[in-house]
Amino acid sequence: MKLEAESPLGLSISAFASGLLFALGLGLGGMTDANTVLGFLNLAGDWNPSLAFVMLGAIAVYAPAYRLYAKLHRNEQAPWQSSMCNVPTHTHIDRQLLVGAAIFGVGWGLGGFCPGPALVSVVTGAVPVMVFIAAMALGMYAFRRFAAKGL
Amino acid sequence: MHPFVASTLGGLIIGLASALLLLSQGRIAGISGISASAAFGPREGWRLAFVAGLGVGGLVLLQSMPTAFAVPVDRSLFLLAAAGLLVGFGTQLGRGCTSGHGVCGLGRLSRRSALATGAFMLTGFATASLLHLMGGAR
Repeated sequence: MKLEAESPLGLSISAFASGLLFALGLGLGGMTDANTVLGFLNLAGDWNPSLAFVMLGAIAVYAPAYRLYAKLHRNEQAPWQSSMCNVPTHTHIDRQLLVGAAIFGVGWGLGGFCPGPALVSVVTGAVPVMVFIAAMALGMYAFRRFAAKGL
Repeated sequence: MHPFVASTLGGLIIGLASALLLLSQGRIAGISGISASAAFGPREGWRLAFVAGLGVGGLVLLQSMPTAFAVPVDRSLFLLAAAGLLVGFGTQLGRGCTSGHGVCGLGRLSRRSALATGAFMLTGFATASLLHLMGGAR
């Protein structure tokens, strides 16, 4: 059986590999240690700049990868079906974008977790992580159930 | 390993992981969007597979470097619940988090993502710093 990259199984395999790699990067980078994250976000204490290196490292790989993607896409040499190309194309700056991001930042500074590291930390079974994840799911649900309707 | 070296390596791996999803299927590795859709729909197979990959990656880390995990030492469960609510709601309203806006968006030179990243970094710094100045976060 030939496995096509864009078959449902092919998509799941590459997505699984991406999630697995992502988790390892978060762990190695210090993002799953909420105290390292808070040490970065707290400028009033003993500042720990290490997380800036995580972002720089990630962008150093992703930026050229995106240029390659854009070139392949333009020349229609993409290994994926164009119908599934899901890179956002809208450029409009609206209040939802800025208010939503600002709310997210407050939550990040309060708890020291953003979604990825929190999900990766579920395997520890630690109560604070479980509380955070349950509340995060509730926040996502609340948005879909109530707020998204009014936008 | 010096923390900065580990952080840079971790970042490079995150970049590879995101590049893999982009080049194999033209998709943005935005964890808040993927996980919200995996939980509340549209629940496509690749989203469930990505979240499963995060979980299995967590297990590998737990086996190979358990010290990578730590919960905040000075945050009550009440604060973590409030934090989770804000992160869940805010990432949906702002359509992205540290991965989708911070890594993929900045890597694509997206103006929307640059502004969103500026906004969440600003409030993140302000919140954590204010809590510290107020003398602890309980």
